[in-house]
Amino acid sequence: MGSEFRVRAERALGRERARVNIRRAMDGLIAKRRAAFPDDEELARLRDQGQAIRDHALANLPDLLVQLEQRCTANGIQVHWAEDAAQANAVILDILRRHGARALIKGKSMVSEEIGLNAYLSAHCIEPIETDLGELIIQLAGEHPSHIVAPAVHKDRIEIAELFRAHFPNEPYSEDIERLTALARRIMRERFRGTRAGLSGVNFAVAETGTLCLVENEGNGRMSTTAPDVHIAVTGIEKVVARLEHLAPLLTLLTRSATGQPVTTYVNMISGPRRPDERDGPREVHLVLLDNGRSRIHADPELRQTLRCIRCGACMNHCPVYTRIGGHGYGTVYPGPIGAILEPQLQGLARQGELAQASTLCGACGEVCPVRIPIPQLLNRLRHEHAEGSSVPGSGKAGPERAVWAIWAMLHASPARYRWMTVAATRLRWLLRPALALGLSGWTRSRTPPRIANRSLHELARREGFCDE
Amino acid sequence: MSDARANILSRLRSHAVTNVPEPDLPVRRFDWDQQQRLDRFTQMLEAVRGEVHRVGSDWPATLAGLLRAKGAGNLRYGPDGPLAAELLAGWPPDGPALIADDRPIEDCRDDLFGATAAGLTSCRAGIAETGSLVLWPTPAEPRLLSLVPPIHCVLLDAKHIVSTLHELMAAEVWSQAMPTNALLISGPSKSADIEQTLAYGVHGPAELIVLVR
Repeated sequence: MGSEFRVRAERALGRERARVNIRRAMDGLIAKRRAAFPDDEELARLRDQGQAIRDHALANLPDLLVQLEQRCTANGIQVHWAEDAAQANAVILDILRRHGARALIKGKSMVSEEIGLNAYLSAHCIEPIETDLGELIIQLAGEHPSHIVAPAVHKDRIEIAELFRAHFPNEPYSEDIERLTALARRIMRERFRGTRAGLSGVNFAVAETGTLCLVENEGNGRMSTTAPDVHIAVTGIEKVVARLEHLAPLLTLLTRSATGQPVTTYVNMISGPRRPDERDGPREVHLVLLDNGRSRIHADPELRQTLRCIRCGACMNHCPVYTRIGGHGYGTVYPGPIGAILEPQLQGLARQGELAQASTLCGACGEVCPVRIPIPQLLNRLRHEHAEGSSVPGSGKAGPERAVWAIWAMLHASPARYRWMTVAATRLRWLLRPALALGLSGWTRSRTPPRIANRSLHELARREGFCDE
Repeated sequence: MSDARANILSRLRSHAVTNVPEPDLPVRRFDWDQQQRLDRFTQMLEAVRGEVHRVGSDWPATLAGLLRAKGAGNLRYGPDGPLAAELLAGWPPDGPALIADDRPIEDCRDDLFGATAAGLTSCRAGIAETGSLVLWPTPAEPRLLSLVPPIHCVLLDAKHIVSTLHELMAAEVWSQAMPTNALLISGPSKSADIEQTLAYGVHGPAELIVLVR
């Protein structure tokens, strides 16, 4: 029971303040999403389209990547391929060194988190500057994002005010959100003006036109991609779509699912560096295509559905587990239900297989997913594989668990045995109680132990005159 | 990194994938007349704190008045852009100072970041469904003109408001010729990263003034 995830989850459960902050934020996001999709039929139609677009892209992934590369190259964007984090980091460092960059202004990018870019650049004497307000907050705090859309969602304004005071002691202290935001603007302005290299993620890469689409509200994404001399975009290989018009349904699904917005303040469609007659924009645009395990996921038709994900975060907003332990409880870059299926596949079941247990299988994630990823089904598949795989000597856990399920299956496979079990369990419940309390001690430490009724439901129903035949 | 390319592609091609037909997307559009499109555009943009003003041919004077009321000391514009002639002809003598944006960013970075109060651009279209402006920055009206100044002013022709992005992309066949940077702007810059509470004017303009002609 003392596994890494359980320890982390337990610690997260103890952080009362973060739990309150996360719960409040998730309730808000759930309500906003609901209000943004007032028409069930329209939502169903959009989800059909979203799924069809993503499935088409994944079915044609190698060809679309080649087409994307061709179009981008023709547009003047330099395309790089990276098999893993180390290669992606090396590519980015090389570009920055060629430009003599000492700092990098960053728009929000989860892939840059995935490859550990900030730590890598710092180790090579290049300062990574997070410019998204939420990312800035967690960079100052020395933490990792706790949510893929709202990275600082676990912190309240008092904590943020204290953080800003510690880092910018010459600025007046304020707990007012507008003032805190204004302070971030003032500080970042200087960096936007003076920094010669910028990095961003990519929401969708359009193969047909060689266009990188990027959504954001703050303007830091535009700053990071247009103000510097060089713009580096990093993306997972799965983010490609075939056609420009595919953006229309995907954008509306993404922003409405993520934050309930009909559209974000800015939608950037970048199709090339500055042309000779233009007076601003980056002189170089680079696109780094990262595999990092995605091609392996792609090989399995069922698991491939994971790669449909458009990173809206709706699954985590609606997840009873995420809402309680927050992103830090998972200890992975991608938390929540999508993280619970993606991370075990990216990092392997041996390292992250337990994350598939971080679910009640309530099904909310699958219901809200804008591209219909069957997350509960994939969780079950990974649980199964994890249990099978971990029956190797030394794992210690699967043995007893298997025995319990074998007995359960035996009892439920025959009506006679099942009847015998319910009679025995109800009549001998005084005997079972201490045994249950002991056997479920992990469960009952923070919960009331289950009480067995003195008569089974069958018996009660029969006594009330219901016919059970 | 050509090895990486070959390895990734060969891994992706090493397994057979069932063919999935290209989705047939009907163009999403609404059957709204011009007034309905304008009403919806205005309602959506105002909901995210964009300012929408109906203007006539004297729009430069209207704009000067709005900027003066906000205490904006100057307005930056593209002297080779489509609005320059009208702007100069109609600008009142006591209006905020006009700054011609006519140099590469390398030569005017400090000016743009430090001393500009407002920027004026034209726009290609408006999108009624989401209250969005469609900008394709040009050499005459570069990208940062709509991003760096604290106030962004836009002139939009009412007849250029369409119902949806999809309708516009299809009608103009964007897939044939994308500019280096195409942009949708829906309101002033904002963030909800602190307690999910909206705060405006984060890194882009804090105010967006749309003049609908």
